[in-house]
Amino acid sequence: MPEIQNFTLNFGPQHPAAHGVLRLVLEMDGEVIERADPHIGLLHRATEKLAESKPYNQSIGYMDRLDYVSMMCNEHAYVLAMERLLGIEPPLRSQYIRVMFDEITRILNHLMWLGAHGLDIGAMTVFLYCFREREDLMDCYEAVSGTRMHATYYRPGGVYRDLPQSMPQYEASRWRSNKEVDRLNADRQGSLLDFIEAFTERFPERIDEYETLLTDNRIWKQRTVGIGVVSPERALQLGFSGPMLRGSGVEWDLRKKQPYEVYDRVEFDIPVGVNGDCYDRYLVRVEEMRQSNRIIRQCIDWLRANPGPVIVDDHKLVPPRREEMKEDMESLIHHFKLFTEGFCIPEGEVYSAVEAPKGEFGIYLVSDGANKPYRLKIRAPGFAHLSSFDEMVRGHMLADVVAIIGTQDIVFGEVDR
Amino acid sequence: MSESAQALAARLEKRFGETLVETRVHVGQVTVKVAAEHLRSVCLALRDEEEFAFRQLIDVCGVDYLDYGRADWETSEKATSEGFSRGVERREDRQETIDTGRYVVVYHLLSHENNQRLRVKSEAPGDPPCVDSVVDIWSSADWFERETFDLFGILFDAHPDLRRILTDYGFIGHPFRKDFPLIGEVEVRYDPEKRRVVYEPVSIAPRTLVPKVIRHDERYAGEESNDA
Repeated sequence: MPEIQNFTLNFGPQHPAAHGVLRLVLEMDGEVIERADPHIGLLHRATEKLAESKPYNQSIGYMDRLDYVSMMCNEHAYVLAMERLLGIEPPLRSQYIRVMFDEITRILNHLMWLGAHGLDIGAMTVFLYCFREREDLMDCYEAVSGTRMHATYYRPGGVYRDLPQSMPQYEASRWRSNKEVDRLNADRQGSLLDFIEAFTERFPERIDEYETLLTDNRIWKQRTVGIGVVSPERALQLGFSGPMLRGSGVEWDLRKKQPYEVYDRVEFDIPVGVNGDCYDRYLVRVEEMRQSNRIIRQCIDWLRANPGPVIVDDHKLVPPRREEMKEDMESLIHHFKLFTEGFCIPEGEVYSAVEAPKGEFGIYLVSDGANKPYRLKIRAPGFAHLSSFDEMVRGHMLADVVAIIGTQDIVFGEVDR
Repeated sequence: MSESAQALAARLEKRFGETLVETRVHVGQVTVKVAAEHLRSVCLALRDEEEFAFRQLIDVCGVDYLDYGRADWETSEKATSEGFSRGVERREDRQETIDTGRYVVVYHLLSHENNQRLRVKSEAPGDPPCVDSVVDIWSSADWFERETFDLFGILFDAHPDLRRILTDYGFIGHPFRKDFPLIGEVEVRYDPEKRRVVYEPVSIAPRTLVPKVIRHDERYAGEESNDA
C-alpha cells in the first residue's frame, strides 16, 4: 500500500462558511485535521490608529463597524470608557435605554449567529426564520437612529435622542399590496415601545419554532454534540468569554458579576453549559435570547413609567439643541467648539468592558488630556476565541471545521479591527 | 468592585514590595508597573497565588509613548480675554527618539474567584524593544503578543511563533508606532503592463483634520482627584 502523506489545504478567504475573510491553512491527514493555522488581518482597517487621529466623538461610528452584528454593544464599551475618565454619570433613563438596546443587539447577534451556523451545517430553514425576526429589530434601530445597522446612537453622557413616539410605516407599492401593508403596519400604530413590546410578546414562540427545528434534530445533534469540546480550565487559559466560556460550564457574566448601567436592577438568569461542546454553546445562546427578551420587557415597563432626560445637560460634551443655537450666542460657541475641536478628557487610563453578545468586549483608553485618544485598544472577544482555533479543531474532521467556526461566532470586523 | 481596589493595591504592595515600580489606583482600577526582568515572576505569582488568582489574561497591548502629552497647537489658558490662540504655527518638530520608556506593554488580568481586574504595565527596554513572553503562563497571550509585535515591533522572548498577524504578507514597518504615518508608506494598484498588483510609495500627503489640543478643564480635575 502506498505511503499517504499529509497535505495542506487552503480554506478561504473567499469561502461562504469562513464567515468573512478567514484564511485557514489546514494540515490534513486524510480527512483529519493535524494542525490549523488561521491567517487573519484581511479586514484590518487600523481602527485604533484612526481613532487616535480623531476627536473622541467621531470614533463612535467606527465602533459600530467593528463587530458589525452587535453594533450598539461596541459603542457602549467606548462611551463607558469616556464617561469613566470624565467622571460623569448618564441619566437613569438613558441607562435603561442602553440596556434595552444592548439586549436587542444581543438578540440580533444571536439570531444572525443561529441562522448562519444552521446554514453552515445544513439547516436551511432556520436562516429564513431568524432573518424574519431580525427585520423587526432592525426597524427598532432605524426608529431611534435613522440607520438600520451602524447606529452611532450612544453618546458620552447618554443617548442621542429619546425613543420616538411613532414608528415609520410601510407604504403600498407595486410590490406590496394594501393587505400586505396593513399586516406589516399592524404593530406600528403606536410608539417604538409599543412595537418592541409586541415583538417581545411573540418572540418566545418564535424561539420555540427554532428549537423545534434544531434542538432534538438528529442531524443537528450529530453535527454538534461532542464537537469542539473545551474544558473549563482550558477555556479560562485561552481567554474565552461570553457564551464560549459559559458553554464550558463557567458561570461568568459581566452583567451579573461587574454590573454596569442598570443591569443590577433587572432580573435575569445566566445559562451555563455542561459539556463545553458546540451543542451546549447552542443551547446557551438560545437561552440567552429568552433572557434578553425578559430584560427588554422589564426595561419597557420602567421606560413607560419614567419619562425624563436621556443625555446630560452639559454643553461642553453634548451639543446644544438647534433652536437654542439660533437664539443664544453661548450655545453657538459651544456648538462651534464641540464640532471643530471636540472635548478634552482628563489625563488617565481606563479599561471598560461590556458583556457583548460574543463575550467580553473591552476598550482600553489612554488619554493624555487631549481632544483625541492617545491610545485606544479594542479587546475583541472573537480575537481570543479564534486564537484557540488550532486547539479546538485538532483531530476533528474537515466538516467539523465549519461547525467550530460557527460555534465561535466569528465576525471579522472585530477580529481584524 | 472598586471598593476593594485600594485593598488589592495594598495587598500587591505588601506581597511584591520593591519589585513594583509604581502602584496606582485611578477611577477604581489598579495599575502596577513592573520592571521587565521581574515580569515573569510577578505574572506567575499573580496567576498561582490564591490571594490574587488572576487565572485569565484578558488582553495584551503595546503603547508607544513617543508623543505623549504633546499637542499639535499651543493653547493658552487666557482663552476668554484674548481669544483662543489658534493662530500659532503648527509644531513640526518631533522630540528626539526616547530610548527608555518609549514602549510599554500592558497586560489586563481578570480573576474570576475574587472578581477583580488588574492592569500590569512593563516597559520594554532595548532596541528593538523586548520583554519576556507569558505564553506559557496564559495561553491566550499567544495571538495578543503576535499582534503587539506586528503593530509595535516589540519582541517577546521565548514566544513559540512570533509572526506578523494583522498586517499584509510582506509588510514592512510597525504601523501603530507614533512615527508611522496614518496613511501608511505604500499604496497598491493593478499594473496592466506587468499584469500584477504593484506597490508604490503613497501619492497623497498626510494632513491633520482636527489638530490635537490639550486643555486642562478644572471642572473635571476636581472629580478626578476624588476618584483616585
